[in-house]
Amino acid sequence: MSARRHLPVIGSDGGAGADDASGAPLPGETPAAARSRRQFLRSAMGGVAAATLAGCGSFDLDDLFRKHFTELPPEEVKKLLARLEREYTAKFGKEVKVANTAAKPGVQFGYGLDLSRCIGCRRCVYACVRENNQSRDPQIQWIRVLEMEKEKGIDTAESNQYYDAAEVPRPGHFYMPVACHQCRNPPCVKTCPVRATWQEPDGIVVVDYNRCVGCRCCMAACPYGARHFNWGEPHLPPADLNPNTHYLGNRPRPKGVVEKCTWCIQRTRVGRYPACVEICPVGARKFGNLLDPESEIRYIMEHKRVFIFKEELNTQPKFYYFYAT
Amino acid sequence: MAVSRFARSTAASWVASPAFLILVFAGAGRAGAGPTPPAAKPAEDQKDPKKDEKKDEAPKKPEAAPPARANMHFVEGLGEIELPLPPLTDGIFPCTQCHEKGAPFDHSRRELNFHDEIKLEHDAEHRWCLDCHNAEDRDKLHLASGQTIEFTESYKLCGQCHGDKYRDWRAGVHGRRSGYWDGPKKYLLCVNCHWPHAPHFKPLKPEPPPRRPEENK
Ligand code: SF4
Ligand code: SF4
Repeated sequence: MSARRHLPVIGSDGGAGADDASGAPLPGETPAAARSRRQFLRSAMGGVAAATLAGCGSFDLDDLFRKHFTELPPEEVKKLLARLEREYTAKFGKEVKVANTAAKPGVQFGYGLDLSRCIGCRRCVYACVRENNQSRDPQIQWIRVLEMEKEKGIDTAESNQYYDAAEVPRPGHFYMPVACHQCRNPPCVKTCPVRATWQEPDGIVVVDYNRCVGCRCCMAACPYGARHFNWGEPHLPPADLNPNTHYLGNRPRPKGVVEKCTWCIQRTRVGRYPACVEICPVGARKFGNLLDPESEIRYIMEHKRVFIFKEELNTQPKFYYFYAT
Repeated sequence: MAVSRFARSTAASWVASPAFLILVFAGAGRAGAGPTPPAAKPAEDQKDPKKDEKKDEAPKKPEAAPPARANMHFVEGLGEIELPLPPLTDGIFPCTQCHEKGAPFDHSRRELNFHDEIKLEHDAEHRWCLDCHNAEDRDKLHLASGQTIEFTESYKLCGQCHGDKYRDWRAGVHGRRSGYWDGPKKYLLCVNCHWPHAPHFKPLKPEPPPRRPEENK
């Protein structure tokens, strides 16, 4: 019934715990910022602000009245990142870096996925989970690989994301991985009531987990099922934590916020390929700068048969499916 | 099988093929060369990519003492790029361990009594070992023109027949790349993913499916 079912083939991460998210204070959360904001808004709406605020552990007024992240003066950003690094380092017992590497000028990222090559092996799904610190339990996965029948063509209603087999590709089937399309005209951004999600200058759509209030409007708005909600306290064994994080990307998330693919912002902002591009055993995944005529992605757009998914919705994705052969 | 395949006339097919037949025939250069026969194991054409989570997997087996020598190549349209070493079967290279340089050889297509792990599934009807392997010097491959090339630049040989793939590979569109989208990139050789004697990409076991919502508590 909920918004999460908007795209039935994809939206499946954890129906559990819907009840917990409704009212009571969220116990034992970090970072405190997110909690404070959510608590405040929730209780303000319910008209019991005082009572609920009293239930908060480390209430931080700075967080509550903090400017939007993109408008924060550099010293404030530094302070915030340092505080988060301390919190995460203490929580996970190993040194965690939280970067805020800015977008490079003259860069618009674009992504290509070769449907004629993908074999549905899901290596990309798990490389993404490891790189981007997704919760292992409850399970959150940003990439969904849809299995479809060649006979029927691309038909999400007939697709299956739960396929299992001794070997892929299964005869008569093809595979279509879906994650965030980094839309140029992103409905998720338009719908967010608190501006917790926005499009960066290089085209990556990001979420500020310290600002997200967990209303899940963006999940309802996204036609690709690309957004995932932390219904429960995310569980990530410290040994599995990737300590190289970005504020707007793979830093550890608290319960009650939405997260999504950022094209590995922590890697791509320093010039590297996303983790899924490097893992794909058949080389189906391509990435680069749309403004650079020499880039791989431009070569694909100029020489291959390319399409975007759900073009009719005018989301204008920067994620291009193509057929190399 | 092999007999009938190789029994066909070879004259017409004495042109380059995309196959790098590590095959050599048994008789020729082996006489006199007496080292222990190299382990005859099929080259592992595709390892489970899970194993190379570390992305740019290093060349699988540099022969003997592995000096950290970069396999640098000037590729037309790309400039100087680094390539991994080809995944040669352990102990098999250099081929001149057994096949003496300049030893007389038999050009005829026939069943081999060595390298029997190789079952040619690469246009076998029209191809055979010496289309790609150089007879006079077995440590080399050769192009259709007769020009000899090293095993480390085998992409040139593949590219003779698979020109479209070669073009896409140079553009970074065919095959896996790693490294930097705006800087140095790591390439793979064709043979790092496609075993040249049976190049079709082998199916893989998929990673586990996602949990269903009702299981994801
Ligand atoms: S790793 Fe590559 S081949 Fe495997 S499912 Fe992902 S995109 Fe497809
Ligand atoms: S795919 Fe969904 S989450 Fe990503 S930008 Fe578009 S609407 Fe937003």
